Amino acid sequence: MHIATSPAFKENASKALSNAGLQKALARSGPSFIARRAAAVAALPEFEALRDAARDIKNHALANLDFYLETYERNVLESGGKVHWCTTADEARAAVLSICQAAGAKTVTKGKSMIGEEIAINDHLEAHGITPVETDLGEYIIQLRHELPSHIIAPAFHLNLEDWEEAFRQAHTDLPADRTFHERRDILIEARTKLRSSFLAADVGITGANFLVAETGSSVIVTNEGNGDLTQTLPRIHIVLASIEKCVPTLEDTVSLLRVLARSATGQDFSVYTTFSTGARRPGDLDGPEEYHVVLIDNGRSAMLGTEFQDMLRCIRCAACMNHCPVYGAVGGHAYGWVYPGPMGSVLTPGLIGVDKAGHLPNASTFCGKCESVCPVRIPLPGLMRHWREREFERHLVPSAVRANLGIWAWFARRPRLYRLATRAAAFGLGLAGRRRGRFSRLPLAAGWTAGRDLPAPEGDTFFARYAREKRSGTLQ
Amino acid sequence: MSRDQILGAIRRSLKRGALPADQQAMLRDRLQRHPRHPIPARSRLPHTQQVDLFVRNVEKEFGTVARVAAPEDVPAAVADYLATQNLPGRIVLAPHDELRAMPWSTRPLLEIREGRAQASDLVSVQHGYAGIAETGTLMLPSAPNRPTTLNLLADTEIVVLRAASVVGAYEEAWDRLRAEFGSMPRNVMLVTGPSRSADIEQTLELGAHGPRRLHIVLLGESDSA
Repeated sequence: MHIATSPAFKENASKALSNAGLQKALARSGPSFIARRAAAVAALPEFEALRDAARDIKNHALANLDFYLETYERNVLESGGKVHWCTTADEARAAVLSICQAAGAKTVTKGKSMIGEEIAINDHLEAHGITPVETDLGEYIIQLRHELPSHIIAPAFHLNLEDWEEAFRQAHTDLPADRTFHERRDILIEARTKLRSSFLAADVGITGANFLVAETGSSVIVTNEGNGDLTQTLPRIHIVLASIEKCVPTLEDTVSLLRVLARSATGQDFSVYTTFSTGARRPGDLDGPEEYHVVLIDNGRSAMLGTEFQDMLRCIRCAACMNHCPVYGAVGGHAYGWVYPGPMGSVLTPGLIGVDKAGHLPNASTFCGKCESVCPVRIPLPGLMRHWREREFERHLVPSAVRANLGIWAWFARRPRLYRLATRAAAFGLGLAGRRRGRFSRLPLAAGWTAGRDLPAPEGDTFFARYAREKRSGTLQ
Repeated sequence: MSRDQILGAIRRSLKRGALPADQQAMLRDRLQRHPRHPIPARSRLPHTQQVDLFVRNVEKEFGTVARVAAPEDVPAAVADYLATQNLPGRIVLAPHDELRAMPWSTRPLLEIREGRAQASDLVSVQHGYAGIAETGTLMLPSAPNRPTTLNLLADTEIVVLRAASVVGAYEEAWDRLRAEFGSMPRNVMLVTGPSRSADIEQTLELGAHGPRRLHIVLLGESDSA
């Protein structure tokens, strides 16, 4: 497993804020994702109805997940494939390794897979003398730089052209010194050439799955590059890594989810390659893998079912939530400290590695609600983050100073008259003290706030007082 | 065993045992009926307009389309395309009867090999199973006469598609596939335009690992017809 740096979120975030390269990348790419999704959504009048359908399909699949997984397995077996059920990341790593070892594999090509990152499959294969080669362009450079992806659909979101050039010059030692990388195109051509030989040499291809289709026993991948298809078509063995909640009933259900996936993710109407793989090579086929294995992984999902976090299992990994998140937009993905960043990571990560380690993540939110408003399967992300905050409080994981202050606030909040009196006095006092400058750059007991920004001075009145006044006078808006 | 552990954990979490027989029957019925969900109205058109929408969407996604009237015209259309793109007159052709029946000998300069694609192939010619107007998407199911590598390895992929095979929505293509194949083919690719990547600075570049060019020769029901 990757060692999570999520407990150090605050330090990670402050480093990210002063990382010039990262800030350049965030400023460039954030707005373009938002604009592209908005254009795709505007071009499809039925989009909101499709989101409802997508939510309902996933809810139905989750409520009957045992039935659909059994149906899925039966159809995989019938089409000549195998299913390896794994409760933990350890079991999944062992299953993949034993398939590779039985095949005498030396190199393995990989399509992009977030569950592959979650179980850190590359490290495990490498430790046993098998070379994994990431083939998605973004994952490829992440592998060269020994990093985690910083975004779930754009792994190299945090990098700039100069970073690509540097990584390529270091890794591709056969490059002539005068070879230029002034254009993105130069990078793409170099990667295409380099990886072509990997595709042809690999003994095993490992892909993830966006969906598993119970009706047909198919795994579905969605890519723009075609790397996933080369990975699953050319080697003798294809291994699919998938977590259990990817299972949906039918092909109709799948295309309904696909209609909202690409639009929410990259703003495309449809990705370039959406491929349904079902079992091994058939009699008479001229190509395709001879063996087809599905490593089906729980790793904490079944424990989220039936809890307030079940809604999170609807996630189809489009990344719209992080693309629209002001926190992600300020600190990028690595600050979150593990595999899944952004709002979906703030909900999923505590569920997978524990709220004791990832408690900062659900707190790193302004609760602006943008994530929920763009989620294609309508996951109530801010509400779920709030549940994690409650659990964190219940389990006494919140620092004692915060706890004490919350206690003081709660004491007042339960005594409304006193609360109004106290806030009125405070607002009046602060208003008086800060009248001249309009803001405070330092304030006793509030250094945590004023260290990073000024506190605006109250204008002398409280919200309650103004609300009551405007209600009386009928000017309430 | 992990299988029983996982299924057991799911049932415990959902606070129930295995589903009762009547509910399982309902779910089996849903699988059999595979009900449709809302389908965007944009592709609900008379067939000729569906074909036009298909072409517009292919072109929007950086594919190109040449329309020809009859199967006899296909070899010329392929040869002309290769010439305009400055590509060598050498193709690997899907071993499909419909393609074989075309008069390739009228283009003696075209060097043709039948079969799957190899890494050295620059141009492949694939048989298109269906076109989906909704997003300009090709449906390419694998079969002995439709190898998957033809969609992947060559720099340029040419797909010969009958205009009659263009449907409105994905669901219509699945219905046809179910009726004609019986069971799911090993591989079904839905292809929308040529390969691309936006991984470098989130800016689109065409020509990642799959074909850099996707050209469709659309057969029959021409604009003028």
